Order: sequence, then structure tokens, then C-alpha cells
Amino acid sequence: MGASSIRTISYEPAKEDVVPLTQNQLLEIYYYLLLTRTLENKVEYICKSQNLAAPLIIGKGYLSTGQEAISVGAAYALEEGDWLAPSHRDMGAHLVRGFTPKEIFLQYFCRASSVTWGRDSNVHFGDVSKRILGFASHMGSLTPVANGVAMAMRYRGEKNVVLSPFGDGASSQGIVHEALNYAAVNKLAVVFVLNNNHYAISTPIEQQTMVESLSLRAAGYGMVGKTIDGNSVLEVYKTVKEAVDRARRGEGPSLIECKTMRMGGHGTHDAMTYIPKNLLENWKRRDPIVGYERYLVEEKGISHDQTESVARRIEGEIEEALEFARSQPLPKAEDLLRER
Amino acid sequence: MSVMTYGEAIRDGLRQAMKADERVYIFGEDVGQFGGVYGITKGLINEFGEKRVRNTPLSEGAIIGEAIGAAIAGLRPVPEIQFSDFMTTAFSMVVDMAAPYRFRLGTKVPIVIRAPSGGGLRVGPYHSKCTEAWYFHVPGLKIVVPSTPSDAKGLLMSAIEDDDPVLFFEHKKLYYEIREEVPEGIHRVPLGKAVVRRSGGHVTLITYGAMVHLALKAAGQLATEGIEMEVVDLRTLVPLDEETMLGSFRKTNRVIILHEAPMRGGVGAELESLICEKAFDALAAPPVRIAAKMTPVPVSPILEDFYLPSAQEVIDAAKRLVQY
Repeated sequence: MGASSIRTISYEPAKEDVVPLTQNQLLEIYYYLLLTRTLENKVEYICKSQNLAAPLIIGKGYLSTGQEAISVGAAYALEEGDWLAPSHRDMGAHLVRGFTPKEIFLQYFCRASSVTWGRDSNVHFGDVSKRILGFASHMGSLTPVANGVAMAMRYRGEKNVVLSPFGDGASSQGIVHEALNYAAVNKLAVVFVLNNNHYAISTPIEQQTMVESLSLRAAGYGMVGKTIDGNSVLEVYKTVKEAVDRARRGEGPSLIECKTMRMGGHGTHDAMTYIPKNLLENWKRRDPIVGYERYLVEEKGISHDQTESVARRIEGEIEEALEFARSQPLPKAEDLLRER
Repeated sequence: MSVMTYGEAIRDGLRQAMKADERVYIFGEDVGQFGGVYGITKGLINEFGEKRVRNTPLSEGAIIGEAIGAAIAGLRPVPEIQFSDFMTTAFSMVVDMAAPYRFRLGTKVPIVIRAPSGGGLRVGPYHSKCTEAWYFHVPGLKIVVPSTPSDAKGLLMSAIEDDDPVLFFEHKKLYYEIREEVPEGIHRVPLGKAVVRRSGGHVTLITYGAMVHLALKAAGQLATEGIEMEVVDLRTLVPLDEETMLGSFRKTNRVIILHEAPMRGGVGAELESLICEKAFDALAAPPVRIAAKMTPVPVSPILEDFYLPSAQEVIDAAKRLVQY
């Protein structure tokens, strides 16, 4: 049986003019990509250089290096009242949705004034006031919760959408299957973004699934599915934007697989010796930030001066955030029992 | 007041809560026109419509996940899990997602998971378990186990108004078996307040759920032999009313702890431990635990009757304690 015999939902490929972006928006996307990279580089640097007897970062960093385009591009397609149900490589989306580098460092440093009061660390946070659910370690476990948020929106007649990213590893979890089917049956306004970075910790995708394109699974749920280049921030943005618009119109959920590569270990503790070097070299040539910057300069008339000024602004923001978070108090032991 | 069965009282509690608060809605497997496998939600879809009474796929994880998300986003979901046994497939949603959410992030997760539980209906190992101990260990969850129709209604309404995730274990054997006068309209029984169902000075029996009725039966029998057994119905395991429990024990100095779930690692172990730690000086005899046998729940009536705690075991234990 050929692929054509599979019952799929028709899908119109994204065209640039469907979702035109202004110069300012194009530069803003660049800002978030670079902010994510710079912030996470700093997290990685601290994790690797800090005094382990008195660590600044408690725990490890779980970074999105090399795949920032997915998180930034997808989150950029949301509107103010929409929700994010993040996965663990969604720093970009947190920043787009309003978390500041100060708040991120407070969280990484487990300070009393962090959004989790120091009770949880690194990427395990969220904030209902920013319409961001709190990530939990059980992979894919926010997918059904995203459905619930979408249900509540519809219940109140609100036209908001929930962005629900998860990874290729999570896609093997039963709960993700439950959630996708449940969202399809209920025509929920959820956009599932599958970040396929080819490795679940050390286990390559070939040892996780027999399916070449994980978006094929969408057909089994009666859902729109598409596989795209996860290293193209505009392709991610446009595809997710179309899915968001469809969801907002009441036409149900979508599954968008973004193919990319994890350019670091699972966490900062992982030297990723299990990934073939040539694989990384090939993907490095497709770095999403470098490629996007080239596109801006060569095709969108944005100057090097403009991109460099964005970079300088970010360096300043990160340094300031770092100093601020470092100066903030640690939790007191008895805060453990304080009611939130 | 009107006479209702335990099942009717739960339905009335759901109806009153839904009438009182637009944010309350119910969903689960077969809860629509079918009214749930025990008929508890029957008629509610006609009264409240498909928006507020909704069938779901067979996906307990997705059901509890929906509840968590909807609660975070401002609703008051009351999902039904068809049998409490089936909540295992949503275990992670309950203990990893719902339970620690407020602690971690400060966001309230007001959900009430209704789940028929317990044995005696000859429906075997997958439809008869009492699983409250599995959740009793988990910080962040409240656990309600009503024993009477008016408590079932009143505790349900309080649970729905509570800001934390609540597991509401209904005993399926009680649905049609017991009836009593139940207050009309809004009726609340506060969480965390035990009640003395029968007074007595010789021995205290602490229990909850369907076992309250077994205990009262045994107490009636014991009274004919001159032994007055006080029966404490905990009503909620979390929060736990230590004051009522220990108060009764300090009066009688003898205690039996009874529950339907198997003994090892059960709620009774915690209750016994609390008594020993907090009122050791008042012990006139070693505490006694009575529980189901340490096996899966069997189907055969002969086997299940032997598996479940019996009134005779309670009577024998009370006599031993009084003579100790």
C-alpha cells in the first residue's frame, strides 16, 4: 500500500504571503531566537564551570540549542489570550510568552522569589497569569492538560488556542495517544507540535518508532498532520499559525512534526558521545539562527548593524538578569510548609 | 428533607452544585444518556445539556488531564472514573500532575474525581478494589469516603467547592442499598470533620465508607451482650480528623480500626500509628486492625464473603479487647 491509500486530512502548504510579517516582527523573531540561545549558553556555561560544592544552578540545564526555531516560531504564532503547555525544550516559547531572563535565572538558581519559590528548578515552571502551564518531567504529560484548557476556553465561548509541544520521545507515551485522540474527537483548539530532534536522551529515533514521519499518526486520529523543517523559524511559524487559525475557527487540532537535531546532550551533564559526529556537523550547517540571520540580511534588507545591535542588547539583558537573580535571597527552610 | 438512596443523594449533590455554579461540569465514560454504569448521572444530560454532561473516550489519563487543565483555566470539573480500579491508568495524572501542582506553582486545581469503589457485588478483582491507601500517601490530594446518603451529598458539595484535587470514593454497594432523609437544596458537610455514629464507653471503632454499616451492625449485636462500642466515621481521610478519633479513643481506651481494603500498608496502619504515637498512655489494650484478606478481590460469593471483613470479626475483636 502506498502512502496515497492512507486516509489523510487535506492540507494546504504554507505560503509566505498567507501570514505576512513586518520588518519589526522579523527582527523580533530574531531577538527571541538569539535571546534563547544566549540565555541557554549562559546556563550551560554556569553548569559546566560552577563550584559544585556551592552551585549557583541547582540541578542541570535542559537546553534547546540548535532547535530554538521550533519553540520560538510556534509561540510567535499565538495571540495574547492563547495558552502554552510547554515541553522541556521550550525556553524560546517561555520568553515569547512573557517570561523574562530575570525570572528564568531566579528559577534556575532556586531563589525564594522564583515562580516556583525554589520548590522546583530549571525548566519545571509555568505561570497561569501568563497562560503557561507548568512543565512536568513525565514526557507528554501536559498534552491531556492542554486539552482541558482548550475545553475550558470553549466552555466559556472564548476563541483561544492552546499550543502543546512535546518530543519524539514523548510520542511513544500512551498518554500522548490518549490526548491526541481525545482532542480530535472533541475538536479541541489545540495545536500539537512534535519536536523530533532524533534522540530521546541517548536512544535514537530508529529505536523508538517504525514511522518515518511521526505526523503520519495524525491520520489515525482524524487530524491534520504535517512534517516540516524545524530549523526554519518561518516555516514553523507559518505552519503553526495556519494550525492556530484553523483551531480558532473551530476546525479542531493539528499535529505538526518539526524535524530538527538536538545539538547538545539531553542535559548539561550529558556529553552526548553516542551521537555520530558527522550527524552533528551536517545539522550544524543548518543552524536555525545563522540561517535566519542570513535570510534577513540577504532577502529582507536587514543590515548587519541591526542584527548586531540586537545581539548587544541581549548581552546586556542577560548580564543584568544574571546579576539580579544572583543577588536574590534563597528560600528559608520553613517556606517548604507555607501554603501557596 | 426527602428520602434518597446513596446514589440518588450523589446525583442530587451533582445537580445542586451544577445549578449553583456554572463552572461545574461532569464528564466521563458513559455518563451521558446512559447515566453512567451505575446510573448516578442519569437525567443530568437532559437537565444541563451536552456542554455540561459529556461522554468521553475510554481514556482515564486524558479524562483526568482534561480535568486538571480545565481547573487550572478556571472551571470546576467533576470527572467520573467508571470504577476506582481504572484510575490506575490515570495514576500519573493524579499523583504527578494534579497533586503537586499547587505546591509547585501556586495554582489551585479544584477537581473532584468521583470513582465507585469497593466490593460485595461479586464483580471481581478489577471492579471491587478499595484503593484509597494508594493515594493516602500522596501529598496534595484530599480523600473523601462517604458512608451515608446525606453525607454523600454534603461531602460532594463541599468537595466541589474545595480548591484542591479531591478523590471522592463512592461505595458502589451502597448506591441502592441504603436510604435516608437528605436535606434539600444546597447541603454541605465540611471536609475533615469525623462523626460519632454511635456512642459507647467500652471500645472505639474507627472506620469509614461502607464499613461504617458493618460496624453499626456489630455494635448493635454487641450492645445486646452489654458491650457498648463507639463507632467513629472518619468521612474524609485527608484532611483527617485526629481530634474526634483520639477523643473517642481516650474515652474508651480500646480501639478497633476497620477498613475494607487489605491490611498491609493500608490507611489503618497510619491510624494505628497515630494512636500509638499520640495517645499511648491511654491504651488499655493493643489496638486491633480488621481489614480484607491480603489477596486480590475474588468473584465467588463464598470467596468474597470470606475475603471481606465481617461483623463477626468485629464482635470477636471487641470482646477480646474488653476482656484484655
